[in-house]
Amino acid sequence: MSKTYETVIGLEVHVELATKTKIFCGCSTEFGGAPNTHTCPVCTGMPGSLPVLNKGVVEKAVAVGLATNCTITQNCKFDRKNYFYPDNPQNYQISQLYYPICRDGKVEIEVDGKKKFVRIHEIHMEEDAGKLVHDPFTDSSLVDFNRSGVPLIEIVSEPDMRSAEEVIAYLEKLRLIIQYLGASDCKLNEGSMRADVNLSVREVGSSEFGTRTETKNLNSFKAIARAIENERERQIDLIESGEKVVQETRRWDDTKEYSYPMRSKEDAQDYRYFPDPDLVPIVISDAWMEEIRRSQPELRDEKRIRYKEEYDIPDYDIDIITNSKKMADIFEEAIALGAAPKKVSNWLMVETMRLMKEHSVDADDLSFSAKNLAALIALVESKAINGTVAKEVFEKIFTDDIEPEQYVEEHGLKTVNDAGALTKTIEEIVAANPKSVEDYKSGKEKAIGFLVGQTMKAMQGKADPGEVNRILKEILSK
Amino acid sequence: MVITDETIEYVGILAKLELSDEAKEQAKKDMSDMLDYVSKLNELDTDNVPAMSHAFPVNNVFREDVVTSGDTREQLLSNAPEQKDGCYKVPKTFD
Ligand SMILES: [Zn+2]
Repeated sequence: MSKTYETVIGLEVHVELATKTKIFCGCSTEFGGAPNTHTCPVCTGMPGSLPVLNKGVVEKAVAVGLATNCTITQNCKFDRKNYFYPDNPQNYQISQLYYPICRDGKVEIEVDGKKKFVRIHEIHMEEDAGKLVHDPFTDSSLVDFNRSGVPLIEIVSEPDMRSAEEVIAYLEKLRLIIQYLGASDCKLNEGSMRADVNLSVREVGSSEFGTRTETKNLNSFKAIARAIENERERQIDLIESGEKVVQETRRWDDTKEYSYPMRSKEDAQDYRYFPDPDLVPIVISDAWMEEIRRSQPELRDEKRIRYKEEYDIPDYDIDIITNSKKMADIFEEAIALGAAPKKVSNWLMVETMRLMKEHSVDADDLSFSAKNLAALIALVESKAINGTVAKEVFEKIFTDDIEPEQYVEEHGLKTVNDAGALTKTIEEIVAANPKSVEDYKSGKEKAIGFLVGQTMKAMQGKADPGEVNRILKEILSK
Repeated sequence: MVITDETIEYVGILAKLELSDEAKEQAKKDMSDMLDYVSKLNELDTDNVPAMSHAFPVNNVFREDVVTSGDTREQLLSNAPEQKDGCYKVPKTFD
């Protein structure tokens, strides 16, 4: 009889904090600089250099801890994690082992309508490492320390997840909380959010955990789902064939859909942590904590409730709009500029979604301004342009964030409001299409559509279709 | 405190040091002396002394989140034994 297995998953999530400078020095954290142009003696591990903690890192870490229901460690400190690797210039990483800044939190997730809590064991602050690039010409490695010292928090969950769906729901939850806090942009594909999956399997009903492995190098939700499925199968196969699961770190190769054990960094398991003598303890007073709590912006769950109360838009739309802080910001700003919530929501849900798909743009990367969307909506409302023209203009707003009034003016897209000119054109169309006129008069209502179309064509699309309809009917009824 | 051969071997590996037999013996003795010296602290009654992680009664030394360093790459790289394309060149390393 075949046994049924349960997957037990815990996550270690690294998040790059969106501070302007590194955690222990005044170097910029900006992306894309030439190699080693954002470095200094501290983040390259020069002897004698001394780290000084960035206050913004503590504030962001505390904000994340409070938003994930953690207890804040009001007396915390940094420790050194010792290991040799060329991306780590000091030969130790400054991290937190003994007194992590946050502990014992939890977030609620929902999968298929079922809600559950995932507990957070701890959140600690640490520094990122540099980047190694293999140089094929000299068969050596080249080190860039621009990322060395960029602040990270590592969020360690309890082994509370049981499926890839739960893992993704948990990551989405963290992403939204952290993005709304403004603590990070949390992009898996760019590495500002990284998840390592600790996974074991056990027979259903068993109360003991199996031996777990850790899988790294997961750069998308799809990769995470595939890696979980793959690792679950691999472990079950081992157990079924009487072999043992080895506790190890594995690297996922998403193109081959296969993971392999990472060459263990020799003896690297003994990190010999000890308190960092260069950094003094951090004391987080009640007052400081309260200040951070008070300045917490509206989070997603609160936003969903408020949108439901304030705006007459469907729940589904609310979910989509608030699923990205960027989109929610555009929505609220456009409304603040006077656009009707329902109209803004329609532009986001229909045209924006369509163009996002067409241009493969994520909601977080939307680059148009709420101001231009609001201006476009105002142009449509005032009947200055018609719906077809509006869609055309919106495409330009979406890609280049153009100013709609100016664009419409320059391209002569304004609806012709000259009733005399419109009537004249319609009369010409009617005269030129006696067949359609006859059809209409003999009861074929649809024939009017052809006449409207011909008129719009003659007006180069710059007429209000409602107005064309009205005048046409008036003329035809004569 | 006696330092065994295994211990000195292990510490050597962790520190990436290759020691001659002679140096190993010397290191064993030095390390033993150091541990004996520090173990003097064990004679103190510390039951009512709160754990501390720093010798100075100072906390919360922060910097504001403001960029203060510029590009000093050439100066920093001049310390490297080898460099290429603005990077530190090191022996081939795999993950
Ligand atoms: Zn630096």
